[in-house]
Amino acid sequence: MINHTILTFAAAREIVGAASFKTDLAPGATVSDLRARILEAYPAFGELSDFAIARNEAYALPEEVLVEGDELVIIPPVSGG
Amino acid sequence: MIDVQISDQPLSIDTCYNTVQDPSCGGICLFVGTIRNHNQGEDVSRLEFDSYDGMALKEMRKIGEEVLELYDLKSVVLHHRKGALDIGDVAVIIAVSSVHRKAAFAGCEWVIDRLKERVPIWKKEFRGDGSFWINARP
Repeated sequence: MINHTILTFAAAREIVGAASFKTDLAPGATVSDLRARILEAYPAFGELSDFAIARNEAYALPEEVLVEGDELVIIPPVSGG
Repeated sequence: MIDVQISDQPLSIDTCYNTVQDPSCGGICLFVGTIRNHNQGEDVSRLEFDSYDGMALKEMRKIGEEVLELYDLKSVVLHHRKGALDIGDVAVIIAVSSVHRKAAFAGCEWVIDRLKERVPIWKKEFRGDGSFWINARP
């Protein structure tokens, strides 16, 4: 298993109650697998309009494979400006 | 030229203007986003911005690169605040310069629209009926 740290901001930080959390996923796991894990660990994410996942400071596609040491961040709907 | 910044200090319209001004340009367009005192029929007392700075700056720079390709602009500046803001404070400044005015107006609007779509910055409103992260919930 690979241990990933997931960072949170804004509404995601309120749901998780912390600036980050850790989760284990099998080698070869994708962004889509991480999304399922997030919803399993914190069902309240299902109440958001949507959320994206950023990998190494860019929006990640569902099929991207996670690599140990990736910077992974939950991106709730943005509202800058 | 592209300049992007995220700051917890007040933004300067003069700085943004001076950064884009150029002798070859006949037009400069500034958009200044400010904190208004109401939303969805409720009084708003203050706001807080959270930002994923590293990615937000990258996305802002990408928007700058794209707008310079799409519109005939000389320079573009995107400055965004973070932290606690009061009513009337400046949340964001977009400045663009171009040889002729039409590209400046269009490019400036394009930049603020893209910023609102994809830059990872979040606004929390404090108002009479509670506090809410804007756009977070249906």
